[in-house]
Amino acid sequence: MTGSSYILEATYLLASILFVMGLKSLSHPDTARRGMIMAAAGMAAAVLGTLFHPGIESYLWILIGLAVGSAIGIPMAMVPMTAMPQRTALSHAFGALAASLVGVAEYTIHGSSMGGVKTGALGFEVMLGSLTTTGSLIAAAKLQELMRGTPIQFKGQHFVNLLIAVGMLGCYVGWLIHPEAAGLFYGMIGCALLFGVMLVIPIGAADMPVVMSLLNSYAGLSSAATGFVLSNNVLIIAGTLDGFSGFILSILMCKAMNRSITNVLFGGFGSVIAEETAVGGTMREVSLDDVAVQLAYANQVVFVPGYGMATAQAQHACRELGNLLEERGVSVKYGIHPVAGRMPGHMNVLLAEANVPYSSLYEMDQINPELPATDVAMVIGANDVVNPDARDNPKSAIAGMPIIEVDRAKSVIVLKRGKGKGFSGLENPLFFKPVTGMLYGDAKTSLTNLVQAVQKV
Amino acid sequence: MSSAIMIGLFVVFSQQSEGTALNPAVLIASLYVFALAAFLGYQVISRVPPLLHTPLMSATNAISGISLIGSIVIAGRSKHLDLTTILGCVAVTSAMINVTGGFLITDRMLKMFRKKEVVKAEAKK
Repeated sequence: MTGSSYILEATYLLASILFVMGLKSLSHPDTARRGMIMAAAGMAAAVLGTLFHPGIESYLWILIGLAVGSAIGIPMAMVPMTAMPQRTALSHAFGALAASLVGVAEYTIHGSSMGGVKTGALGFEVMLGSLTTTGSLIAAAKLQELMRGTPIQFKGQHFVNLLIAVGMLGCYVGWLIHPEAAGLFYGMIGCALLFGVMLVIPIGAADMPVVMSLLNSYAGLSSAATGFVLSNNVLIIAGTLDGFSGFILSILMCKAMNRSITNVLFGGFGSVIAEETAVGGTMREVSLDDVAVQLAYANQVVFVPGYGMATAQAQHACRELGNLLEERGVSVKYGIHPVAGRMPGHMNVLLAEANVPYSSLYEMDQINPELPATDVAMVIGANDVVNPDARDNPKSAIAGMPIIEVDRAKSVIVLKRGKGKGFSGLENPLFFKPVTGMLYGDAKTSLTNLVQAVQKV
Repeated sequence: MSSAIMIGLFVVFSQQSEGTALNPAVLIASLYVFALAAFLGYQVISRVPPLLHTPLMSATNAISGISLIGSIVIAGRSKHLDLTTILGCVAVTSAMINVTGGFLITDRMLKMFRKKEVVKAEAKK
């Protein structure tokens, strides 16, 4: 090793340490920001070190790439928080694309002279990278509503998917045996790109948190495989951390829906033949003034937000109402279900953006014991995560999914746009319970009107 | 699981190595790094509260933008514009999008998570 490559390796070691410390700091909101600045410094060190890599002949295309990347990346960091899910899906696509392109470039440079291990890792990297790229793009299109959010299904879908998967793996194995056959390599990429599309189109909007986490995991593992190809430890470490983070999140999201990963990917939610509770009775509509009085004289109010709050942009109005109630001495808490919204932690970020302090944000397991002592539980654009059928009806399609038990509160107010069903298409018996009052209309308008009404009480 | 199978595949195919092949000692060292990083990642990430799961995802995304360093070497390896340079340049661009965008938006989000006292103090101003 020459002197310069020792320096290079030293910057990579530093970067690895700083990345781990940065992620460790995310265990508490107070330390998180400082830790991530350290991780960013680690990244800067690694990139600066790499610019002195002895193999670099020309800086022109590097600088163009860095400039264009910054020009796109910086505006992408300015998107509103409601657009976080699609932005994150896009960045999974970019990460996976970078990894697969590095793989393709390495193959065009070294061809079949890489030896078995590198070839194996490279194929894995490119295959996973390609399917993550198209899969993430489809997820982003669904979240941005460029595509229908409902599952796209057709007859023989599983068979077609199986065929594509077999084609992809067949090309991979064939290419491992004959690394000089570029046709097999590009055939594998083609199948992987198609497989990514097929994997995500049958998945419904409500299952997006799992898919986002899974794509996160794939993008990371693809980077880790790049590290094996380039014999670069910092790539292996960063990729593995990313891969495992996505994997852990996928498991947590699946647990929060009481479903397995295979069921999410291949189940095609909504096609399950399930018996719904025969919903009897009528929904009780309540007036704005009635709700205002209930809120104003409550001891404790719990807000339970769902994706509807994000679409209505109602988080600021919600915080205003919360503040007003707190000034009147009401204890205000926010109960957040792990899969509320379209990605892990989605609701927390929206409410934090609206200036809700993090100490008021409660996890499902923390808020459930408090609900029996709660005077008013207000459901804002959430549906399945508060559906008591999940707890009471073993034959329900969402049976066993842990829910926020708002129906145990003394009074439930549901803010809802209309009388329709939720994203999963299930009827929600909560709406028909005697304890529940329905306040129809746009969530943001309703909350703003409630602020005025409470002020008059 | 799938990665375990892949590691198995690497080992099987490593017997036919030649040319610029990975030397076995380097491979073993890489596998150690992978295994230890996986355990460390599990420990560190399980402690991240659900409150910060969105920032966690954008942070790990930014960190895995480290594939930038691989892309840089490829984009700069030749003075002439050929296929690999173009691939390298596009890879640098995509990885850089994740690095700049990822770290900036993570910081922007983390700035929003504030204590009650801080929120109240700001409201008084």
